[in-house]
Amino acid sequence: MIAEKLIFAISLTAIAMVFLIFLFVGREALPIFAGNISSAANQESQPIPVAEMDRLSPEQLRSYLNLTQTEFKEMDRETLQALMEVRVDAAKEDSTDRDALVNTVAWRYLIRPYQWTDYDKPVYVWQPVSKIHKYNIIPLVVGSLKTTLVALLFAVPVSLGAAIYVSQLARPTVKEWIKPAVEMLSAVPSVVLGAFAAIVLASALQSLFGLQYRLNAGLAGLALGISSIPIIFSIAEDALTSVPRSFTQGALALGASRWSAAWQIVVPAAIPGLFAAVVLGFGRCIGETMVVLIASGNAAALSASLLEPTRTITATIAAELGETVVGGHHYRMLFVLGTLLFVVTFLTNVVGDVVMHRLKNRLEGRS
Amino acid sequence: MTRRFAKTRTDVAALFFTGLTGFSTLLILALLAVILTYLAWLGGGQISWRFIFGGTDADMFDTEKAGVFPMLIGTAARVFLMTLFVIPVGVITALYLTEYANPTSLLTRVIRSAVNNLAGVPSIVFGLFGVGFFISFIGGSLDSLTASPEPRWGKPALLWASLTLAVMTLPVVIVATEEALKSIAPGLREASLALGATRLETVLRIVLPNALPGILTGGILAVSRAAGEVAPILFTGAAYYLKDTPHSLTDQFMDLAYHVYVLSTQSPNVEQTRPILFGTVVVLLCLTFLLNLVAVLIRARIRRRLRSAH
Amino acid sequence: MSLPPAPSSTRSTSAQPGSAPATSAGLAPLIVTHNLELFYGKTRALKGISMGIQERLVTAFIGPSGCGKSTLLRCFNRMNDLIDHVRITGQCHIGGEEIYGRDVDVIELRKRVGMVFQKSNPFPKSIYENVAYGLRLHGTRDRKTLDEVVERSLRGAALWDEVKDRLHQSALGLSGGQQQRLCIARAIAIRPEIILMDEPASALDPIATTKIEELILDLKKEFTIVIVTHNMQQATRISDQTAFFYLGELIEYDATVKIFTNPAKKQTEDYVTGRFG
Repeated sequence: MIAEKLIFAISLTAIAMVFLIFLFVGREALPIFAGNISSAANQESQPIPVAEMDRLSPEQLRSYLNLTQTEFKEMDRETLQALMEVRVDAAKEDSTDRDALVNTVAWRYLIRPYQWTDYDKPVYVWQPVSKIHKYNIIPLVVGSLKTTLVALLFAVPVSLGAAIYVSQLARPTVKEWIKPAVEMLSAVPSVVLGAFAAIVLASALQSLFGLQYRLNAGLAGLALGISSIPIIFSIAEDALTSVPRSFTQGALALGASRWSAAWQIVVPAAIPGLFAAVVLGFGRCIGETMVVLIASGNAAALSASLLEPTRTITATIAAELGETVVGGHHYRMLFVLGTLLFVVTFLTNVVGDVVMHRLKNRLEGRS
Repeated sequence: MTRRFAKTRTDVAALFFTGLTGFSTLLILALLAVILTYLAWLGGGQISWRFIFGGTDADMFDTEKAGVFPMLIGTAARVFLMTLFVIPVGVITALYLTEYANPTSLLTRVIRSAVNNLAGVPSIVFGLFGVGFFISFIGGSLDSLTASPEPRWGKPALLWASLTLAVMTLPVVIVATEEALKSIAPGLREASLALGATRLETVLRIVLPNALPGILTGGILAVSRAAGEVAPILFTGAAYYLKDTPHSLTDQFMDLAYHVYVLSTQSPNVEQTRPILFGTVVVLLCLTFLLNLVAVLIRARIRRRLRSAH
Repeated sequence: MSLPPAPSSTRSTSAQPGSAPATSAGLAPLIVTHNLELFYGKTRALKGISMGIQERLVTAFIGPSGCGKSTLLRCFNRMNDLIDHVRITGQCHIGGEEIYGRDVDVIELRKRVGMVFQKSNPFPKSIYENVAYGLRLHGTRDRKTLDEVVERSLRGAALWDEVKDRLHQSALGLSGGQQQRLCIARAIAIRPEIILMDEPASALDPIATTKIEELILDLKKEFTIVIVTHNMQQATRISDQTAFFYLGELIEYDATVKIFTNPAKKQTEDYVTGRFG
């Protein structure tokens, strides 16, 4: 029947969307993966003489001059000509600058340190809007991992502890209260948590510990932890609850305390599920944007310190995409970061999903 | 006489860990309470009819005059439009999964896995997807088809923001609807089939009407989730400041959640505009909590039915 | 406590003064209940149960579903404590001591009153660890002692020969009947005085059931066994005493032979002859 075929076709939307996300985020990043784009001031990007201005279409001209749509619209012909002259002059200077000849979007420069002119040692730098567009992603990856680590160090013990308490030790009436409360916490938009962290929490922590920077990696991590508590708690609680009650009863009948039964019997049986909770929590933290964008201080400097401002992958995309030229190397680099993010969270989701599925099959197969 | 069942030792470890896990639980509750109370205390004073229904004509950073009405309209428009896309697709997928699919087949597992996966994709990646797929690809194609001199479709717009959010909230609707469909007593379907109704008739006349509360819950939860999201709309439609509310699908819009972001990072004077920030936060929180509360109440009814159905 | 002091053994104690609880043998019973009532919220699930259960005998509880026999069994090791909104009144003494007393430690109680459940519930651990679990729980660390007790318990549960070569494999790989015998081994490993069995063979096939029944007859030399069963043939085969319950009340309690051949009450007769509506 046609209607049923249609129902089937529409139900494939979710698969199609996951596929399309990968395809279209990846598509914008493809020129960089394939090495088809260069940021170097080489032959191909020789400046166009001002006289040839009219041979370019408005769109070509706009992208040549690195202008946004609105900027371009507001400029008259003289301004554009002046900008083109600046280009020609800059190119003359650039040809003498060793750095300008470097294609900064080649893989080597994305992940390995490089000693730029005036630097005394090779460095990892993300500096896309300087004269030389430096696109080393290591500071951003470290920033993301740093905040995520703090978040998980805070959220995992609290969430797992609460999940054990609620599912094993507390009376059922406690459960009826805590679950809606956790749902409420998950309903707090991340932009609100970010604002709360950046204004209320930041001042409190700064005056409490005398910190040099109000906004820092530790603060962002803490706020990120709060935002990931609901997901870690829910999955862990689900895993613990799916362990049959008969295990607990067996242990209690042997004279185990509720804690012993929970810790020695239920928790080991639910370990894969608790692992999945942590993995999915990690995916959530790595991918969270607004909290870190508002509360991390947004300095893309490579540093191991938790008390200095930092910049994550997500915050970089959010803060910079609006300023880029569509199709330019900066734009494409941000899509590279997006693809990276998608692949990482895709893997964590698949791992979490498979582990949970196996656990439930194993536990339910026996009941 | 010998007391054989008397306490011989106190299990210190058990007491300690029960206390510790109980403390974790309390900590979560306390965090929630502190955050909400603080925000309500900071922003409550700003709430007034003028703030909610006032515009930003004078100055969006003027604590005395600025209101959030244009943002409310923008948020309402984008989430309403989103439900038009996400509810049909989500409900039909849930129908397929519960009524038609073979629960053990590989395809069903792949669909479920895709739904779970979609739920875990970072919201900023949805934003990039909106730019790459809806704006560049679809919008760009529409522009070249209509040969419009100015980009009409290939730019951030209400339509693209709503579609991006619809993709993001698809799992929410699917999961909630599925739960509702499972709560319908299997006997009801069998009775209908036994009377000679086809599967499709059974689904349309019996299953769907009974699942209505669940579909409603899914929709409300999706709206509540979407209303608070900023990352997916950053580049697909939200605007920092506009003179007017959106009039067509291709217009950009001001937005409540985006406004919170603007005020907390890009305000000309953070200290001075703080009351507006927290006022906006309170309005946004009231909106999402109210929606969630309604969803929780409906869902509690469904779960009671689920328990009695099986 | 107002109980009369126990004469010689702490185990044998006379019942409460006043009304004599229903017992059939002349010896002092090990478990004594007096006017025991249990409420689930407002529903009265057990109504004034007074009975005494003899040491080293098998006592069977029979009756239709929902008659309260399992509920009563779970009173003896206070497993009902785990359910919210349960209230218990009256008295329940084991070895002369009130088990619902204020300072009773349920952990001590459950060490002495073991339980085997309707559905076998081995832990998702190795066979060895399943049996050793109770011992470890109560403080035995010595490997040699553990090895000895595990072997003795598995032999006691007639399982040793079948599993001795795979002690460290998962208990979940055993058959249903083996799992249930493992649960019995696990229960006897900590040497309880009483073993409560809640329809232990109802989920097993006839051969596995026979093995469990033989095991029960063997175990009664050392343990006092209270068993809930739906199967009346089973009750006649293994039990010495039988109690018939109906709608939360103890209708008749007597020697098994008497209950099945010459019951005193009409209701009992109807039930054991299968004429029960």
